[in-house]
Amino acid sequence: MQPATSLLRDLVRKRDFYAGGLMLLIGLGIALKGATYRAGTLMHMGPGFLPTALGILLVLLGIAIAAGSLAPGEPGHAEDQSILPAQPQWLAWFCILMSPVCFIFFGRYFGMAPGTFACVFIAALGDKGATWRGTVVLATVITVFGVGLFSYFLQVPMPIFTWRGGL
Amino acid sequence: MITTALTDLWYGFGVALEPHNLMFCFIGVLVGNMVGVLPGMGPLATISILLPLTFGMKPVAAILMLGGVMYGAQYGGAICSILLNLPCHPPHAVTCLDGFPMTKQGRGGVALGLTVFASFVGASWGITEMIFLSPLLVRAALQFGPAEVCSLMLLGLLAGSTLARGSPIKGVAMTVLGLFLGSVGTDLETGSERYTFGMTELDDGVELIALALGLFGIAEFMNSVNQVAPINTKYTNVTFKDMRPTKADMKRAFFPMWRGTIIGSLCALIPGTGPTIASFVAYATEKKISKHPEDFGTGLIEGVVCPEAATHSSVQGDFIPTMSLGIPGDAVMALLLGALMIQGIVPGPQLISQHPDIFWGLVASFWIGNIMLVLLNVPLIGIWVKMLAIPYKYLYPSAMFFVCIGVYAANNDFFQVGEVVCIGLFGYILLRLGFHPAPILLGFVLGPRFEENFRRAMLISRGDIGVFVERPISAVFIALCVILIGSQVYIRLRGAKTPNLEPADENKPVEIPAELTAHRVPATPAE
Repeated sequence: MQPATSLLRDLVRKRDFYAGGLMLLIGLGIALKGATYRAGTLMHMGPGFLPTALGILLVLLGIAIAAGSLAPGEPGHAEDQSILPAQPQWLAWFCILMSPVCFIFFGRYFGMAPGTFACVFIAALGDKGATWRGTVVLATVITVFGVGLFSYFLQVPMPIFTWRGGL
Repeated sequence: MITTALTDLWYGFGVALEPHNLMFCFIGVLVGNMVGVLPGMGPLATISILLPLTFGMKPVAAILMLGGVMYGAQYGGAICSILLNLPCHPPHAVTCLDGFPMTKQGRGGVALGLTVFASFVGASWGITEMIFLSPLLVRAALQFGPAEVCSLMLLGLLAGSTLARGSPIKGVAMTVLGLFLGSVGTDLETGSERYTFGMTELDDGVELIALALGLFGIAEFMNSVNQVAPINTKYTNVTFKDMRPTKADMKRAFFPMWRGTIIGSLCALIPGTGPTIASFVAYATEKKISKHPEDFGTGLIEGVVCPEAATHSSVQGDFIPTMSLGIPGDAVMALLLGALMIQGIVPGPQLISQHPDIFWGLVASFWIGNIMLVLLNVPLIGIWVKMLAIPYKYLYPSAMFFVCIGVYAANNDFFQVGEVVCIGLFGYILLRLGFHPAPILLGFVLGPRFEENFRRAMLISRGDIGVFVERPISAVFIALCVILIGSQVYIRLRGAKTPNLEPADENKPVEIPAELTAHRVPATPAE
């Protein structure tokens, strides 16, 4: 196990390398897609001119960032180079990202109140000290308050309750 | 000229004192002060959450409220730093160094009292500067053609990305990404769709609110969830009576306060150097000119008031380029400018003459808001301190709801809610890879105008790129850009270590005493 974990640790420690790589990939994507739009001339620029130029610039910046991480013995690199934080919070991250997804689903098909409840409930489950009771209470309080503020006071056009609306 | 400025200001007070506007200004500073105190919520996230609520409001009321959040948060952040040693907002990180030792000596109240006073002085100076400098800048800017506007924007973008936090080259990469995101959607000139991948919802481009809430809301929550320790409220029993400084304290604080104010206002004039850099420079200067530099860090009042005055004077000064040139210096200003654009107001040098109610109303509301903040902070300090005890586990799920409903309310469309999830995840990946996402917003807001002016400049010059260096004013801006890049490269190659003046230094952890090491501060708090 030992060599495998240390290899993994080495892999996630090259943060700048991945940062540069990501920028390079995004830049490449932008430039390639941009090349399909009309570029035009400098005087009469088409829609593709600026995005393509930005994509190429991003590729160059990506290379520069990645190259900086490979240069040996850079001074002042004592800072943490790991991609993952000291204690990865997979569950919490998942809950936070799922919370708006639940809001979309429940909000669309069942209305604002169920959407709000689901959104807050799921997000609150991500905390490591979360209890079922505390989460339900929090979600209920926010739902009552939120529906009051947004539906009655600010008139956001979204039904409070509906049954399979749009299905 | 002074009389015109004063007449305009008088008019501004008339606008700001309308009951409706006054109310929203009050709500703004109150909410701002509140979130400034709360660890884990930055002004950026708060302004983006409140942004959808302003759609139904008049532009003046909207901008007064959002501006109020911005400077209100600066007052709140100081409480957090001094009483808890938690630098939850970057500009106040340096205040911890001397503020918290004062709290441990039982003089936290005095530090807070003088901070409120110094903040007011700093802010007032910043506002005065805004009143007299903005019309001058506008007069110059009205002469600018597209080429000048373009190179000025380039300078602003470069300064905003290289002088801000973290590695300059990563900052530039973020700006480029932001410029690209600004180009998504229907091309204004040719009407063809770009990067929409067939999704009609993307025709209007990426939603500003979704971008801001994704980057500074969701990504930030993912960063701090389960990492914020419960607050140690051992030292937070501060009452109104404790806040009254002695005469000796006042005397010691007087000159540092003014020095901080001047430093802050100078920093505000350089685009890209926001309140964070101002406070660090102020602290370093104060330490340098002090007769006993070794005493800093043990609870000197000079080390508290100087950076705080600098922060506030620079926060107000940051509005100068934003409102008079339409070029924001940092992400918060970009967001405020975005709020104006949503209201259908075109930023730029014509703003003051076309919408004097917005500009002068805003200036006057700064003063009113700052007076409100002093009044709020002094007697209500006990309530703010209690706010600190709200646990993060209640805070972030509630904020998630505000994120969702806010993004929904922007267009009454669930598509944008999906957008915010994707941007949030992407933003968190960027954070973990050592990027600071703030310049994305800067590039995003300026992107469409940059492209428009670039095209126009090229059309006028018949495709000659040399126009940017041939026109004298534009050449000056380009030269400044070159100097900026050159100096960054030079510093990098030399590996220079100029302490406290280097922006990268902001990431240096503040020395946290042993009994408080349990408090893990979010690695990259929202600015």
